[in-house]
Amino acid sequence: MAFFTTQNTKIAGIAAAVPKTQESNWDYELLSETEKKLLVKTTGVETRRVAKKGQATSDFCLAAAEKLLAELNWKKDEIDVVVFLSQSRDYYLPATAIILQDRLGLPKSTMAFDVGLGCSGFPYGLSVINSLLSNAGLQKGLLMMGDISSATCAKEDKSTYPLFGDAGTVIAVERDTNANSMQFQLNSDGAGHEAIIIRDGGIRNLVSEDSFRKENIEKGITRSRLNLTLNGLDVFNFSITQVPKSLKAFLEKTDTNATNYDYFVMHQANKLMNESIRKKLKFPVEKVPYSIKEFGNTSSASIPLTLVTQMRKELQEENLQLLLSGFGVGLSWGVVSLNTKKIICPELLEI
Amino acid sequence: MNIENFIHKLEAEFDELEPGTLQKNTSFKDLDEWSSMHALIIIALIDTEYDVVLTGEDLSQISTVEELYGIVKVRKE
Repeated sequence: MAFFTTQNTKIAGIAAAVPKTQESNWDYELLSETEKKLLVKTTGVETRRVAKKGQATSDFCLAAAEKLLAELNWKKDEIDVVVFLSQSRDYYLPATAIILQDRLGLPKSTMAFDVGLGCSGFPYGLSVINSLLSNAGLQKGLLMMGDISSATCAKEDKSTYPLFGDAGTVIAVERDTNANSMQFQLNSDGAGHEAIIIRDGGIRNLVSEDSFRKENIEKGITRSRLNLTLNGLDVFNFSITQVPKSLKAFLEKTDTNATNYDYFVMHQANKLMNESIRKKLKFPVEKVPYSIKEFGNTSSASIPLTLVTQMRKELQEENLQLLLSGFGVGLSWGVVSLNTKKIICPELLEI
Repeated sequence: MNIENFIHKLEAEFDELEPGTLQKNTSFKDLDEWSSMHALIIIALIDTEYDVVLTGEDLSQISTVEELYGIVKVRKE
């Protein structure tokens, strides 16, 4: 059972960057007016940011990291580790984190590697970097997370395209022997791996001519095997049953409840789904911020993006106890309970 | 729980529907207003109100409001 505690690390800062271009679901042509209203009511997504062709997730993470390092006054040669967590890497190989080491001007003594996760990325990625800092005795690390989903969702697929937005984020983590511990619970269920999947392009199904063929699945849903496929009902069911069940077990194990946390920030998946989880865990509305209305589902960037856009002032000025939960593609889900002490949080960047 | 009350709750969630549109034998997936997002809404409603979790598979095997009520009633007991 992956329930554990990490010691001696703290979050020093968080930054996020999104594309300048905004699309609105009210302008999405594949939906009727009634469907648009229903989509906004159910998913909560009104607008999304869409990257320009050729802009990669790492470009957004890089911009956010440059800004954050400057505000933190961290010297680049102090960074020991870079982790890039994403499902939209620059290349099939090499790992994007290594390219980021060079682009950020970090020393060659920096260790850098990628983690291939999506919506559950925040607790997973943070647990990896925390473990390296506390067990390997490293001092400073950058966890970069995000996805360009607009490149993999077919524009002609109303079951995916209107839901996802693009973003890149960075979390600066530092070793500090006075820091409060962080509690984690991480889970996986590979039996659900087809619920959210891009079928071709990996080794299992190599790219072929068939991969590019657009198939009409039903009215308003046309996509190829290189596009994201989402079984909304299966993911919805998983999210309103398994996720709250695991979260309840976590709260029991840590002997905490809604009153012990200032905020509960969830992966921004779907408003109806997230509200169902919120109600099951008995968190009041004011403790559960959302960024989904403006930015859509931004995959692993959703928790840091919500922190930066909805809670910036409090993160900068107050000490907060946070419950942060990611869940989705894999299926993979996890939660972390942590404490922030007046962290550095630059304004959202638009590039 | 009774079916009248169940229909009332269902209708309240489909706020585009004229009250009285849903009857026991209404094949709800054939309504002009039906959309895949209603499936999410129904699953969420039934989970919240009755603590019963329906799957996409469950929904695909039924067609009328009465059959939907039937599944919920059996699982609830």
